[in-house]
Amino acid sequence: MATREQRSKAPLVAADGTPLKEALRRSQAVERRRAFALVAPLLVFILLVFAIPIVAMIWRSVYNPEIREYLPQTAAALSSWDGEDVPPEAVFQAMAADMIVGVENRTIGRAAARINREIPGARSTMMRTARNVDAWSAPYREKFLEADEDWASLEFWHILQRESRLITPTYYLLAVDYEYNAQGEIAPRPEVYQVYQSLFFRTAWMSILITGICVLLAYPISYMVATQPVRIANLLLILVLLPFWTSLLVRTSAWIVLLQQQGVINELLVWAGVIDTDGRLRMIYNRIGTVVAMTHILLPFMVLPLYSVMKTIPPSYLRAAKSLGAHPFRAWWSVYFPLTVPGLAAGCILVFILAIGYYITPALVGGDSGIFISNLIADNMQGSSAQLKLAAALATILLVAVLLVYWLFNRLVGVDKLKFG
Amino acid sequence: MKRTLILTSTAAAIAMGGAAVAQDKQLTIVSWGGAYSNSQDKAYHEPYEEKTGVEIVTEDKSANGLAGIRAQVEAGNVTWDVVDLLQADAQRACDEGLVLQIDPDEWLAPAPDGTPASEDFVDGTIGECFIPQILYSTMFAYNTEAFPDGGPQTVEDIWNVEAFPGTRALQQIPQKNLEWALIADGVEPDQVYEVLATPEGQDRAFAKLDEIKDSVIWWSEGAQPPQMLADKEAVIATAYNGRIFNAQANEDQPFEIMWDHQMFETDGWVIPVDTGNEELIKDYIRFATDTQRLADQAKYISYGPARNSSAPLVGTLEGTDIDMKPHMPTSPENLETAIRFDVQFWADYGDSLEERFNAWVAG
Repeated sequence: MATREQRSKAPLVAADGTPLKEALRRSQAVERRRAFALVAPLLVFILLVFAIPIVAMIWRSVYNPEIREYLPQTAAALSSWDGEDVPPEAVFQAMAADMIVGVENRTIGRAAARINREIPGARSTMMRTARNVDAWSAPYREKFLEADEDWASLEFWHILQRESRLITPTYYLLAVDYEYNAQGEIAPRPEVYQVYQSLFFRTAWMSILITGICVLLAYPISYMVATQPVRIANLLLILVLLPFWTSLLVRTSAWIVLLQQQGVINELLVWAGVIDTDGRLRMIYNRIGTVVAMTHILLPFMVLPLYSVMKTIPPSYLRAAKSLGAHPFRAWWSVYFPLTVPGLAAGCILVFILAIGYYITPALVGGDSGIFISNLIADNMQGSSAQLKLAAALATILLVAVLLVYWLFNRLVGVDKLKFG
Repeated sequence: MKRTLILTSTAAAIAMGGAAVAQDKQLTIVSWGGAYSNSQDKAYHEPYEEKTGVEIVTEDKSANGLAGIRAQVEAGNVTWDVVDLLQADAQRACDEGLVLQIDPDEWLAPAPDGTPASEDFVDGTIGECFIPQILYSTMFAYNTEAFPDGGPQTVEDIWNVEAFPGTRALQQIPQKNLEWALIADGVEPDQVYEVLATPEGQDRAFAKLDEIKDSVIWWSEGAQPPQMLADKEAVIATAYNGRIFNAQANEDQPFEIMWDHQMFETDGWVIPVDTGNEELIKDYIRFATDTQRLADQAKYISYGPARNSSAPLVGTLEGTDIDMKPHMPTSPENLETAIRFDVQFWADYGDSLEERFNAWVAG
């Protein structure tokens, strides 16, 4: 009894005398390092091409250095301004000094471009004054005001004061159709500029619609594929996969050929006398086009998880339910359907999340009324007035929305229940 | 064994050295693509490559030229050597310090008669950072097959959907569309920009565009409108005059240009800062913008050369006997009702009007 106790207390040692625990840890450390080395390339890859760009994008959506960096003295001088009246001489003096440096370094235009986004025309006021300012001497205030009455605009100075902060929510406000009004309060933008909110809602409801149609179409197809003998099932599966393997652009173009006003379907209808040639249906370059083409393109993402789950459900379950007296619908609803939920959930989340970020298809077949928020993100990255920061803010909102959907899904269904195949 | 090693390493060294030299002798030039890039290839790039052995790589990215330069300069990784931009964008790039300032007499060749470059270019085209190449025009054009009884003659006709039914293809930018909307609404051409600077004027222009929105499709690349007209996707389109001319002359398309209230502007080169390739760029620019080269370009596309000294040298379309002069946007009968595109106005109001325009298109 005593010896056994002693022995259990004495540390176990390896052949070379080190404690076994220590030796084990050491040998496992090597293993762990080796394992880590195996995944390291992937980790570095993900970090480089995924994590870092996303962080950079989010940073960009709030980073607002133009005023602080290119008008540093003015920003400092304005910090104590009460905002009641045209700023005092000290501010104008600082502005003059900043302008001289800015013209020298050719950076004054960057500050001017930033303010011009808020007040159209502020750019040329600043540039004109900046070209002359080195010939002026103190007191600057009256010379500025004499040169251009816009320098007396309180709105201009308020914006300058507000946007001299390094981190700004301005672009997020714009992304949900809000802005700072003349009093510096957050207010809805004028109606003619509003577009993003409605686009976010449109993207969401159209994605839900597309997901719904995919469920209705994919469920029977998957059931059929899953219950047919192997040979026929394989053939059917290839029919599902064939479009899946065809280029996205080819499939979208095919829909254009079918749906456009001079297209196959309209020609057929006119030929059959269902519609006359002036009454050709408009089925593309609008919402209908987007829904039809995207449903087709995303359908395999619903079929495959459903099929893989249905294949594992033994047909005997349904037979057993029916032999115990259940109506076929009851048997399907209480026995079969619950078993397919993991596949259904996986399909829905796949299709929905893919849909809300869709870009190419809405751009090609969506016209004006069928475009998604990603198309506006792209718009903001192009052209001479590209607003990369607004694009970054919109993209961040979309990303957060996707994460939110995923979280909600996890709460409701549970990610551990997902079955992709 | 040893010998092969030496041989391979020598070969590798030569190959690498060769690559390094070739890389030194390479220029990346960004332009608009299509018939326009083709005319630059023929008139500038090919003769320059032949003369110097420099390899010219072209990219068709000018539609996003300003955003591209901004992104490259911000990231500190400038890969474009020379970029073809519109004057308004060039002005912005210049103000923001993204492109080099150019002293015309230092950078550009004088005219053959000795006139310094600064005096040889068409008035008001040369900029602080901007080297003009061509004057071009944007105007309406139509497919004559769609209008057997005669096509639209004025900007008001474009808005007359009943007399001239069919789809109109417009460029998906506010620039020029808003000006024409005001013209169609009865604003005098010389007051267009004054009106457009006021909120009421902007409302008025958008309201006028609303009238035809249902019969409009949008284009974004210069090569699209001739294609849309040819496919009858649209019966009337705004387009760059050189593109329509190209379709008429080289592809026998039944298109007609409507010169009424054409809007002309300047297109030219800018050079991003920090390319590290300045000497070569300077050499290329001096070559590509001399009097003969600018006149040569007019052999391939109907854009007016930006140098006064090039105008008399403009001849016929290469390989044909079509006289290019009457097809130039600068020829007097085409200029009668022309409007000069206001670069300064759009530098100031471009941001807010583009935003409103995009919201209007999507809404």
